[in-house]
Amino acid sequence: MQRVLSTLLLASVVGCASRAAPASAPAAAASRAAPAAAPRAADPFPSTYQPFASRPTVIRGGTVMTAAGQVIPRGELLLRDGKVAAVGERVEAPADAVVIDASGKYVTPGVIDTHSHLGVYPSPGVDAHSDGNEATNPNTAGVWAEHSVWPQDPGFARALAGGVTTLQVLPGSANLFGGRSVTLRNVPARTAQAMKFPGAPYGLKMACGENPKRVYRARGPSTRMGNVAGYRDAFIKASDYRRRWDEWEKNGRDASKQPTRDLALETLAETLRGNILIHNHCYRADEMATQLDVFREFGVRPRSFHHGVEAYKIADLLARDSVSASLWADWWGFKMEALDGTLANIPLVHAAGARAIVHSDDPGGIQRLNQEAAKALRAGRAAGLQLSDDDALRWFTANAAWALGIDDQVGTLALGKRADVVVWSGHPFSVYTRAEKVFVDGALLYDRTDPALQPREDFEIGILPTEAR
Amino acid sequence: MTNCGLGIADCGLNVIPRAMLMPVVALAAALVVPPTPAAAQTVAVEGGRVYTMTGAPIENGTVLIRDGVVVAVGANVAVPAGATRIDARGKIVTPGFFESDTHLGLVEVGAVGTTRDYATQHEPTGDTDDVVQAAFNVADGLNPNSIVLPVTRVAGVTTAVSRPDGGLIAGQGVVIDLAGASADALLVRSPVAMFAALGEDGQRAGGGARAGATLRLREVLEDARAYARRRADFERGETRAFAASRLDLEALQPVLQGRLPLVVEAHRASDIRAALRIAAEYDLRLVILGGTEAWMLAGELARARVPVIVKVLQNLPESFERLGARYDNAALLRQAGVQVALTTSDTHNARNLPQEAGNAVAYGLPYDEALRAVTLYPAQIWGVAERYGSLAPGKVANLVVWSGDPLELLTTVEQVLIRGRPVPLVSRDTELRDRYRNPADARRAYP
Repeated sequence: MQRVLSTLLLASVVGCASRAAPASAPAAAASRAAPAAAPRAADPFPSTYQPFASRPTVIRGGTVMTAAGQVIPRGELLLRDGKVAAVGERVEAPADAVVIDASGKYVTPGVIDTHSHLGVYPSPGVDAHSDGNEATNPNTAGVWAEHSVWPQDPGFARALAGGVTTLQVLPGSANLFGGRSVTLRNVPARTAQAMKFPGAPYGLKMACGENPKRVYRARGPSTRMGNVAGYRDAFIKASDYRRRWDEWEKNGRDASKQPTRDLALETLAETLRGNILIHNHCYRADEMATQLDVFREFGVRPRSFHHGVEAYKIADLLARDSVSASLWADWWGFKMEALDGTLANIPLVHAAGARAIVHSDDPGGIQRLNQEAAKALRAGRAAGLQLSDDDALRWFTANAAWALGIDDQVGTLALGKRADVVVWSGHPFSVYTRAEKVFVDGALLYDRTDPALQPREDFEIGILPTEAR
Repeated sequence: MTNCGLGIADCGLNVIPRAMLMPVVALAAALVVPPTPAAAQTVAVEGGRVYTMTGAPIENGTVLIRDGVVVAVGANVAVPAGATRIDARGKIVTPGFFESDTHLGLVEVGAVGTTRDYATQHEPTGDTDDVVQAAFNVADGLNPNSIVLPVTRVAGVTTAVSRPDGGLIAGQGVVIDLAGASADALLVRSPVAMFAALGEDGQRAGGGARAGATLRLREVLEDARAYARRRADFERGETRAFAASRLDLEALQPVLQGRLPLVVEAHRASDIRAALRIAAEYDLRLVILGGTEAWMLAGELARARVPVIVKVLQNLPESFERLGARYDNAALLRQAGVQVALTTSDTHNARNLPQEAGNAVAYGLPYDEALRAVTLYPAQIWGVAERYGSLAPGKVANLVVWSGDPLELLTTVEQVLIRGRPVPLVSRDTELRDRYRNPADARRAYP
């Protein structure tokens, strides 16, 4: 139990990360005064992800839940060239298609987790693996989570078995600015770069409240007001940095006058331009409200508040500012700012018209986000809220995709989207249901009935005596 | 009460005599529950599918309760006039769920040390200066007004082990019901067991090596034996120095006599074997807590009749002592004949015990066994099966009415009875929810 507690504390210290915002983000559009002319060096760490080979596949006979409001009993789905090529009551199957009988089963989009530390706090959780918090300065906006991600974390394969096809890996929450997050395809790979979701915006991890003020107690910030001054100071400097680079661009990019690059300010300037999405670890309602003001002062909007145990108290403000909330179904009580928990948090945020998301922040929880959503769904219905199964499905698919700025590519079973699909053994909100087949970009990467399609990371090879396996 | 029987002198101080229990219960319940007749109270839970845990489920069954105790269970039970009637038609009735590994009543806010009363040693690793705390019994620190109790019981968990933590021998845990006006009123059995840890936790307490922990454990047990033989000499100062305090040595006597179980938290197969070895050497009643790799030695555990308390939702090699973590641990153990109780190993979310049990079923534990692993088996392991864990005449009336399958995620809890009294399905969780249904309403803060 002690372990559970310390894990919670660690997780909460580590907590929130940030994501990159797409240029099309509403926040960006609202805040951008002029077309961004900032110099963007060619991405130094571009995605090298290549989808696994796939064959045209028809999944028929199951209940298809699209996460776009449509539930098709005995529906059919065609995956071709890595994309959702057809969905409906009947689809034309090419002659060479693999046909999967999903009778009695359920078919949904791949699960998306907006908050994971897989790879940066991998298993086993030894000190040498503690790569999630650069807890050396309250502002480490210049660090990138992808440079900590260990692709051999055994948690990735287990998350895949839980239906997870996309996840955001964040730095921890020790710092006001923890660094850049990275959004990953959940595929076996030798490098984090080979998992990077092509074109997904980066995120910026920020953290409110207890963690930064505890970690930096001796040097500051040591109070919540100190935290807020820290965000504003940094954004003021970033605004200046952004202006210097914009002017340099405008004045003909004279090499002799090029401003000096600063990794932290570069990330923050890109955030102010709307190109990096803000993911803010923040528990208390009043602090989230303050953060909305801080962001407004600098012309940006956060994309998602993370953990938000008190999000239900300001659900109307979240809806007003189009901010999503990445929440647990039921974690509470492990520290003061997590005391006011209610199982109705996710449903109440949903009911207020904001985008509710169920996130994990945990290598166990990420394996059963469907179960976590089910618990929240139960609580919402018990509170008298009208919630459909599809609503709750969106909490770990479509809404999560929006928070990561990739909703044009994943999150629903809409035509043309990436064919990230889970075939569940039963209704996804039953405790007895398991992901049976998981497709990423149309390729079958996990099959519960086929040991040859159950990936294992290097760490687990030969680690247990053969007779014990 | 199997071992620490009611008349036994050594237990008398700590076990609540049955004769004392009922008045205490009545007082406690009276303060928990809205006004009810002070006189004898009869409650009938009617028409549900009743899982008694001792036989096949009873369709359209009635559970008749008088003064907090079940007096009849069956399909044709006459309900006396004046009884409070609870309609359970179309619903499921089970004994209250029994959590085997919590700090319920001993912590309010995890990170706020002043609300934490389950460890006498420093968080999180234990103060190696004093790793033996056998005499520490958590009972006096129990807070019956903890907000975590209502949050847990409205989810159908009515009874729990609340235990100490830290060091090599953490101290004595208790069994509590999750409603009562005082710590005494919560208590079902105190102490219920002595808690210790081997493996990585024990290693720290053993000065940095696993065998250092087992060495220290054996030394303390040896000295407790020697102390028992020479109490008078000890009082006169005519013994050598012992490796633990007088109170600790005294507290270990029921353990050495086999009357109080020794619960050892251990995860690596070799650590579980070390616990088995020491239990055999000293003829102790052993319970393994955690037991991540217990499935590797299921046969040995079955032969030694050592029960295992399993957290189901654990399948990551999160440390080097848990490389063999797998979801079907409970199923494999049960298959080999090991008695298994399931746990969340959590306090604030001990309410998720049904989810643990449901997942155990998904990974191979037979359904009825999963239900027993959160009701009857914990009652047996903790020595209270005479009164807890099943629905039969004479049992304490802790029961839950569920809208459907108790292990399903969408099932709701419709009624909870603790010691025969309906518990309001209200907690701080639901009250905050109701206060913020309309968050922008400025009058929200007024009653």
